[in-house]
Amino acid sequence: MTERAIPQLARRGTVIAMLGLAGLAAVYVRALMFTPIERVQGPAQKIFYLHAPAAWSGLIAFLVTGLFSLLYLIMKDRRLDRLAAASAEVGLAFGVVMLTTGPIWGKPIWGTWWTWDARLTSTLFIFLLFVGYFVLRNAVTDPDTRAAYSSVIGVLALALVPFIHVSVYWFRTLHPTPVVLKPDEPSLPSVMLVTLLASFLVFTVLYVGFTMQRYALAALRDAELEDALDVSG
Amino acid sequence: MRASAFIDAVLAIAGKDLAIEWRTKTAFASSLVFAILVLSILFVARDASVVSALDAAPGALWVTFTFAAMVGMNRAFLLERENRALEGLLLTPVPPAGIFVGKVVANLAFVAAIELLAIPLFIVFYDVPLWQRLPELLAVMALATFAFVPVGTLLGAMVVRTRFAELMGPLLLLPFLVPPIIGAVQVTAGILSGRPLSAYTGWLSLLGLFDLVFVTVSILLFDAILDR
Repeated sequence: MTERAIPQLARRGTVIAMLGLAGLAAVYVRALMFTPIERVQGPAQKIFYLHAPAAWSGLIAFLVTGLFSLLYLIMKDRRLDRLAAASAEVGLAFGVVMLTTGPIWGKPIWGTWWTWDARLTSTLFIFLLFVGYFVLRNAVTDPDTRAAYSSVIGVLALALVPFIHVSVYWFRTLHPTPVVLKPDEPSLPSVMLVTLLASFLVFTVLYVGFTMQRYALAALRDAELEDALDVSG
Repeated sequence: MRASAFIDAVLAIAGKDLAIEWRTKTAFASSLVFAILVLSILFVARDASVVSALDAAPGALWVTFTFAAMVGMNRAFLLERENRALEGLLLTPVPPAGIFVGKVVANLAFVAAIELLAIPLFIVFYDVPLWQRLPELLAVMALATFAFVPVGTLLGAMVVRTRFAELMGPLLLLPFLVPPIIGAVQVTAGILSGRPLSAYTGWLSLLGLFDLVFVTVSILLFDAILDR
């Protein structure tokens, strides 16, 4: 990237992330004050407006990582690996949100912090897989080797996710059955649906902003490293 | 490279690995003893008045196989670190895919041997009615082992160059073993309960598809991790 492009990307990323955070505040207000309380689950149900979109952002993040890992392996452009890693890190952050809001929601509703039903288990394993992605990245010093190894894990993870998904439906599960993404109409009343969809949009914006910032940081670090090598070499 | 030459190369590499192992049998003996220990510990690591041996058996068997496979697969690329042997292999006319498949075949033989030797002990320790259903169990074991080994071999090739290979290998591999382990345990539990394999065509198909996808993907990805 050129000298000016990195700070520009960082600035734009910050702006988008700030917009996202403002949107998040708006979602909080709407969810807590202008969306009715769910009949069966009570106020605890409102965590849904954070939990599901966080899961959604995590999913996008991991798909982007997988896709750009594959593209890196084909085109060998290190920027692709940089984006894959940035996306993975943001995905990890959203994953933490998902894995913490989930149990907080689960305790009052299911009576337990955690169950080993298939969806939770699968999500946990995919999360741990991406922790492994970073453990491997940090264990390899050479940038090209690191990019190659990370991309291999990224592509393997991409191939793995459908199998994990299928295992979910065939294994006994306590997780609420999908209420929005299923063949017939969503069973959520429209006022709740609007809040949820707004939250999905906000989390997508947050994902984009954070990933841009993270990418810019990685680009800056790589540029400084190259400068240092030029000076010493 | 012609197909027959490719197969010859694969068998040569697998043969070399197994011959090296056969000389000392250190990794093999260690993996086998490890498997026996894990099997035994899992037997006593339960409240026997609440959990019957039959209930604990499928899970115990597959945890044992998983751990033994992970321990056993570490050696595959560790061998090639000495005297930079991998570079020597790469200088031969054998394509990288051939080297990888050779390593996978060697690992398959290694892991299969451990599993086969663990089975009689499993039957004896857990007192499970398995003798009549043995062919079916072996079929499931084959499917699951073909799921573990290619990915494990590929990951082993990567982590061998890092400092904490023995820890990082399992850390990276275990998420990939989740679908095959779930499937294998379900089918094994069915076998031990007397249900026919035909009741598990879904799981068996999933295992088969997993094997196909990951064997292919692993072979294709091996090239990417070689230093050029």
